[in-house]
Amino acid sequence: MIRRPFFWIIGLVIAAFVALPAIGNDVQMRESLALACVYITLASNLNLMLGYAGYINFGSIVFFGLGGYICIWLVDSYGWSLALSLLAAGIGVSGLSFIFGLGILRLRGPFFALSTIGIVEGVQAFVENFGPWGGSSGIYISPQVFQPLGGSAQALWVIYFLLVAAMGASLYLSYAIKTSKFGLGLIAIGQNEDAAAILGVPTPRYKALVYSASAFLPAITGGLYFFKGAFIQPSDAFDLTLSTEAIVICMLGGQGTVTGVALGAYLYEELRGYLLTTATFSNFQLVIAGVLLLLIVLFFPSGLMGWIYSRFPRLKRVLE
Amino acid sequence: MTAILELDRVSKRFGGLQAVHDLSFAMREGEILGLIGPNGAGKSTLFNLINGVFAPNTGKIVFTGIDITGEKPYVVARHGLARTHQIVQPLTNMTVLENCTVGACFGRENLPLSRARDVAREAVHLTGLDDRIDMLALHLTIAGKKRLELARALAARPKLLLLDEVLAGLNPTEVEHMIGVIHRIRDSGVTILIIEHLMQAIMSLSHRIVVLNYGEKLAEGLPAEVARDPQVVEAYLGDPKLAEQLHGGAAHA
Repeated sequence: MIRRPFFWIIGLVIAAFVALPAIGNDVQMRESLALACVYITLASNLNLMLGYAGYINFGSIVFFGLGGYICIWLVDSYGWSLALSLLAAGIGVSGLSFIFGLGILRLRGPFFALSTIGIVEGVQAFVENFGPWGGSSGIYISPQVFQPLGGSAQALWVIYFLLVAAMGASLYLSYAIKTSKFGLGLIAIGQNEDAAAILGVPTPRYKALVYSASAFLPAITGGLYFFKGAFIQPSDAFDLTLSTEAIVICMLGGQGTVTGVALGAYLYEELRGYLLTTATFSNFQLVIAGVLLLLIVLFFPSGLMGWIYSRFPRLKRVLE
Repeated sequence: MTAILELDRVSKRFGGLQAVHDLSFAMREGEILGLIGPNGAGKSTLFNLINGVFAPNTGKIVFTGIDITGEKPYVVARHGLARTHQIVQPLTNMTVLENCTVGACFGRENLPLSRARDVAREAVHLTGLDDRIDMLALHLTIAGKKRLELARALAARPKLLLLDEVLAGLNPTEVEHMIGVIHRIRDSGVTILIIEHLMQAIMSLSHRIVVLNYGEKLAEGLPAEVARDPQVVEAYLGDPKLAEQLHGGAAHA
């Protein structure tokens, strides 16, 4: 893998994310790129399910929100360090997903998609009524927790670099899975699950594994995101909009590709940022997302990467 | 002589339909066993029972001494059993090579990816798909897809291969080529259970024939014996008396 050019392309992207805002101490750029990291992480991990295994998961936001809650709760109530809390959030959410996955992944197609919406609603309802997590009013953490990271100004940089790390790890994970035997099995499942099983792909285990794997980094990113804001509440943590946006991004970039999804996430975030800050289109970004999804499904089913590959077929050998 | 596959009083019912009833037979290692019978006789259902798509209601299926009754298809595949489908099931957006690599990766030998690719190439070569190795499966012709079914099953390096009408829908040239491929597979020591409606082909390929009718075994024996069996002739090959009558009537007129 290390000898392949794509490995170094991902490395370059990570380096750019680290260096660009740090060079000029550009806080505004950092905030914009931090959000891009969140989108890329969410979309890349969703892509493992949607693009590889062919399962539409509307519940990817649960990983993000639950990770946020576990992390904030451990930091706030038990005084755990950020690193340990993030790790616990990742492992906890991944483990839960594996158990859930063995069950709900018996469903297929639209039935699975509907069940994932049910999971979002169910988890949100649970958290809203769960005392230790502050019920519907959520958890505030005091700025004191930023002290171990060297005060709040420096803490924001540390969190940013961790978000970039999670994004980089997501890209490498997508790449590693795609070029592995596990990935081959998943893609076979995505094409024709019954045929894959007959060829010997252990479908229930593979599906539960990828569901669980797609939960780990979003959970950590959720932890970082809400730690950064020092506040978490159910309506933010389990906002179905973000799940839908992640699906739009996968379709926009080209589901099943590593590059396309990352590129799609970045472009979408930029577009969203632009629309949110212009007076005319404020709160209009979801309408745009909807129209975009419609146009892509109708006219560009293979997304941005499909278009790029048809223009420059040689890139197929370099990009994944 | 050891049996590679043994069915012991296997039955399967779908609601009111008794698809397979109390069926028993055994296969020797290295033989080609032909399975014939009218449409709806339960041939494909039998394949689905053997490779685990359905679990039988009663009875026992033993493969290479291992009881595989009711095991999932991916478990059965790992034991060294591969099959093709009557209605082709390609992994459409993957290339011919990738399709076969899946077979090799997750088949009997559970190969790592790079070794699997080599085995897949061999299977592609054996079935004569070399010139289409990098083509997406969805762009293949129906004959190509049939070959791909076979190539993918072979890439798993099975001990037993179930072939479900691999000759159906092919033109005479393609049939001839496919029969050649099946001979080569047999010569490499793979045991084959084959469903086929093309009588000449199955009679010449098979060592023995099992005839199914309404889910039950109507006859079993050497191809020549089976072809002479009056019950088989009536149920499947056609009524000889009727044929004679028709012939006589035409002569009178």
